[in-house]
Amino acid sequence: MKLPDLTELALRNLRESLLRNSLTTVGISVGVASLVAMLSLGIGLQQMASRRLVKSGLFDTIIVSSRREMRGMGREEERNGPTPGESRILDEPARLEIEHMENVSEAYPDIRFATELRFEDKPHLTMISALPQSAQTNDAFEGMQGQFFSSDSEPEVILQKSFAEELLGKTPPLGQPEPGVAELAKPLLGKELLMRYAQRAAAQSAAEASNSDSNDLIGASYSVVSREQKLTIVGVADLDPESMRGPTRAKVFLPLKLAESLHVMLPTDLREIARAGDQPVYSSISARVKNPAQIQLVEDKIKKMGFTTFSIADASKGLRQFFGVLYAFLGIFGSLALIVASIGIVNTLVMAILERRREIGIMKAIGASDADVRKLFFAEAGAMGVLGGMLGVVLGWAIGQVINFGTNVYLKRQSLPPEHFWAVPWWLVAFAIGFALVVSLVSGLYPAGRAAKLDPVQALRYE
Amino acid sequence: MTTVPAVPAIRTIAIRSDNLCRHYRMGENVIRAVDGVSLSVQSGEFLALLGSSGSGKSSVLNLIAGLDRPTSGSVIVQDRDLAKLSREELAKYRLRVVGMVFQSFNLIASMTVIENVELPLRFAEVDRSRRQSLAREALERVGLKARMDHRPSELSGGEQQRAALARALINRPQLLLADEPTGNLDSRTGTEIMDMVRSFNRELGMTVVMVTHERALAERYAERMIFLADGQLVDDRPNRPDGAGGLV
Repeated sequence: MKLPDLTELALRNLRESLLRNSLTTVGISVGVASLVAMLSLGIGLQQMASRRLVKSGLFDTIIVSSRREMRGMGREEERNGPTPGESRILDEPARLEIEHMENVSEAYPDIRFATELRFEDKPHLTMISALPQSAQTNDAFEGMQGQFFSSDSEPEVILQKSFAEELLGKTPPLGQPEPGVAELAKPLLGKELLMRYAQRAAAQSAAEASNSDSNDLIGASYSVVSREQKLTIVGVADLDPESMRGPTRAKVFLPLKLAESLHVMLPTDLREIARAGDQPVYSSISARVKNPAQIQLVEDKIKKMGFTTFSIADASKGLRQFFGVLYAFLGIFGSLALIVASIGIVNTLVMAILERRREIGIMKAIGASDADVRKLFFAEAGAMGVLGGMLGVVLGWAIGQVINFGTNVYLKRQSLPPEHFWAVPWWLVAFAIGFALVVSLVSGLYPAGRAAKLDPVQALRYE
Repeated sequence: MTTVPAVPAIRTIAIRSDNLCRHYRMGENVIRAVDGVSLSVQSGEFLALLGSSGSGKSSVLNLIAGLDRPTSGSVIVQDRDLAKLSREELAKYRLRVVGMVFQSFNLIASMTVIENVELPLRFAEVDRSRRQSLAREALERVGLKARMDHRPSELSGGEQQRAALARALINRPQLLLADEPTGNLDSRTGTEIMDMVRSFNRELGMTVVMVTHERALAERYAERMIFLADGQLVDDRPNRPDGAGGLV
């Protein structure tokens, strides 16, 4: 029999026992709904997690450093590659080259130094780092009091909460609750800080020729001048934007252009004295990737340039594995209901064979082959599967919406921002309907086989 | 073959059975429903299988129809040895070669008359438009065109049997097998149906094998009568049907 005929006959037969077949179809749809609900929860959670991670800046950042740095860490490329002395210098052309790579959105130098900040005439020693304007979207600045830098070169500063506590002398003893960030920010925003730092100045000036003798010998020199810079506090960050950097993480942040223009004496400068040139040399560069999925690709390319790289891509691999397991788990749970529903299909079709015994006999007597009868029952099972699948997707989506809504109401009560942790992508819709079809066809195997093997003489004997 | 009378040379043999047996096992007992029947039917012949209930006449018909398989012996219809056909080939044989009508009409209740009539064409994978025109044609032939969109339950017994006849005709089979076709009908509608069957036999040249327990009916329509008892052939005699109009 041709497919359109089969479909037509199958749908007609389903209509004949409308109640029973509807109930079976609803059973399938509940199964599909639970599968869709479970999987879309998993997908939604993964999307939420990766959204958060991308915003955190941890998973799209590669820290690039010259092999001249980080010596003795036993990294493989250090052991196999050129010796540190031969490796490439991380200078401005190198930075530009990285920035112009495919998939890289920006590459900026890490300017990071320890210096003294004076607040109300009291000195505080801290680590300072420079941030590009793009860091604004970083998750760590969520919940920040005040605002981000008004421009890239403004003499402004953002404090990390713990440094704000230090400035105000409010550092709580260990184990005590920390003061709220709003409370800390109030007396600080708009106030001025005085930063004292060592500036690296070109050594043309005769007045600063105290060590010029030795410098002259290698043809390049600069002197170190003590400078001061006034900075306005514009923001106090609640979270720790540099948590990934461990002990070298900064608690005070400057705009990138400003920091560059200050020519702060950096530890690496001493080493680079040996190298002539006007171009700045960086100890490390942060390269941001457009899509965290491409981080490995970009990292490999930068490694080929002869630099050392570091990223948390490995951690994201672990995360993907976690979600893989979560999917499998949720999928198995969701499928359970569908398997129960498939037993319903078997039951319905076996009942249909008993009821339609005579009809099957008639069809065989007038020329239906075993295959025709089998296909007809298959088509009925398949039609119930597809209809149940479609209904189930709608139902599952609705359940998801309700749960999402309910959870957001709860989050709001807890004064947390709303989240969208529910996602029904198109492939899931197609997969769910396809899966329902496969399950129903498998359920139809036994009844269809039984119907096909029915002996027409027996089937027609009884009135 | 000795039981078969001499036949005119122009007629070929449509059905031939040789020592045909169909035995059922029921618990300890073996029921010999058909027990060594040998017969031969010429193409275009109108044959009646007579016998009391349980004589094995319906079993013989089912074997000829390819609905059942012999336990031993052979049944050959138009050079096909039915015992040797696969299930698939038997289905094809039932579809193309045989048209069947039953005592209880056996229309599918959930389908309209025209859908019932065109059902064999669905199995034959005929296009929808051609299917419908053939079904209309067949219904017209049995005088049921006006009721083609009704369900079988809305028809009288005679109308239902006419629909069944239309369905049996639709694939233009060479063989029409009828199992007590008038058993559920009053004598007037029974005659109507039988006249129709005779017209198929004469006008379309279909070989007809009819099972009946009514001797009068057989005498009126059949050219030859075969009597069965306890699964065995007990008599085989030619008949001159009423109004046969000079037929041999």
